[in-house]
Amino acid sequence: MIHTEKLTKTFQVKKETVEAVKGVDIDVAPGELVAFLGPNGAGKSTTLRMLTTLLRPTSGSATVAGVDVAADPAGVRARIGYIGQGNGGGHSFRVIDELVMQGRFYGMNTSDATARAQELLHSLDLADLAKRTVIKLSGGQRRRMDVALGLMHSPRLLFLDEPSTGMDPQNRANLWDHIMRLRQEHGTTIVLTTHYMDEADSMSERVIVIDHGRIIADDTAARLKANLAGDLLAVEVAAESAPGVRGLLGRAAAGGEVQENRLDGVVTFRLRLPEGARIAPSLLKDMNDAGAPAQSIELKPPTLDDVFLELTGRNLREGANQ
Amino acid sequence: MFLGLFGPLLGASVGAPAFGGQSTLQWFLPGVVVMIALFGTSMTGSNLQYELMTGSYERILATPLSRSSLMIGRALKEWAPLVLQGLLIALVCIPFGFVFHPLHVLLGLVILGIFGIGLGALSYSLALVSQNKEWIFWGVQQTLLFPLMILSGIMLPIEAGPAWMKTASLFNPLTYLVNAERELFAGTIGGHTLWGLVAAAVTAAVGLAVGIRTISRDIR
Ligand SMILES: Nc1ncnc2c1ncn2[C@@H]1O[C@H](COP(=O)(O)OP(=O)(O)O)[C@@H](O)[C@H]1O
Ligand SMILES: [Mg+2]
Repeated sequence: MIHTEKLTKTFQVKKETVEAVKGVDIDVAPGELVAFLGPNGAGKSTTLRMLTTLLRPTSGSATVAGVDVAADPAGVRARIGYIGQGNGGGHSFRVIDELVMQGRFYGMNTSDATARAQELLHSLDLADLAKRTVIKLSGGQRRRMDVALGLMHSPRLLFLDEPSTGMDPQNRANLWDHIMRLRQEHGTTIVLTTHYMDEADSMSERVIVIDHGRIIADDTAARLKANLAGDLLAVEVAAESAPGVRGLLGRAAAGGEVQENRLDGVVTFRLRLPEGARIAPSLLKDMNDAGAPAQSIELKPPTLDDVFLELTGRNLREGANQ
Repeated sequence: MFLGLFGPLLGASVGAPAFGGQSTLQWFLPGVVVMIALFGTSMTGSNLQYELMTGSYERILATPLSRSSLMIGRALKEWAPLVLQGLLIALVCIPFGFVFHPLHVLLGLVILGIFGIGLGALSYSLALVSQNKEWIFWGVQQTLLFPLMILSGIMLPIEAGPAWMKTASLFNPLTYLVNAERELFAGTIGGHTLWGLVAAAVTAAVGLAVGIRTISRDIR
């Protein structure tokens, strides 16, 4: 559905050159649900804009829905849907009019467009707002309207740039219901960007991690976590047992860092443990055998945040441009 | 609002001496219609600036809608209500001695519309180029629009001005447009109309060419 080769975009700002995207290779098969995950300024939107023909690549090539973006941008546009990072509705228009107009842009006739608009307004919980002007909508309502705009013509391939930003948890869940249904019922291929790692984690099968304009990882969330970041294990032992435990944990961490905290005669060790859930039971037994039993343990599965930290040494949340 | 300000002046001007054998009104009105249409279409881009910020422009760009119809649509959208206003003024003037020739006026409006497409597309390009720097848009729009209007004889006959002004007016497409409208509003069709049509068509072609070039540059 998507194939890119060394796709690059540089911007000229005053005298400075900003390399927003530095040669990305992406392949997306029909029916896939892919999330681009990366901090602000990573180049997610720029990549999406090249794929949707809104920006011309500086170099490299991209084929989207079987059409080359440089050779036939209009052909690409006719085959895809795009929900940008901003709000799509024109402020002075009524919600229903914008939706119908959007349908008309894609060549639908007015009655089909009206019917489709009603259907979407209903399923996105906007039915009561059909006649309201866009400027009077709340942030979350506008975002849902954006989604409705993008779905008007039922595209086979849909791009969403930070779709859930500005939505409350309930509407986020609603949006995801909608996206999942779209996939199930129509086999729509979906490419979205997000800087919410939990969203990328729970919703998409495949995560492409982007940082500083490069793809630094591309796999299922589960494999990324298993391969790149272990479970986080915290063990509490009595202070007198600490010396024996230290060696045991050091060996288990296999070179990884073991943190140590002492408080009121209790020492807490923290370490990353690849496949921690499998290893922890025998580790506890070894500690018992060594006469240094654990007083409590906590085992946390890794998040994509941990993966990002492992890959870049930075936190996803704070790790913007530098 | 325009009408309210305009009304009182009308009464006063009815008795005034005529320009070039026509009644003042017959001479002045086409200029007014052109002028308000100009104001409207030259501001096509100002609405765009807002949409560039919110993202609704990007949304429309991502649809298969062709770039030229996008620009034509926008220019005409600004143009239409203002031309209706102009027509309303014309109708109001009938009791004061204005003679209304519907078919000629209709042709005049078509020419004005073609010109408006060109001007609207230029305004549109200007907005794209001056993105995030709104003052540039207004600065350029104002500094171009007023000299162009004065040099077209819209408000006062250019024949009264110095020679250099007359020469300059020859290079101003608006001059031809205004002359064409005057001829048509007077109920005649002749050389001026033809020249007006040519000027309008050239403006539209140049405007659309510039506009399409600008639109396909990068947007943020
Ligand atoms: N039109 C533009 N002109 C100049 N720089 C830009 C433009 N668009 C994006 N950038 C820069 O490119 C980089 C990537 O931006 P973007 O793709 O928007 O990141 P993301 O969507 O991942 O937050 C940033 O440094 C941004 O400032
Ligand atoms: Mg972005």
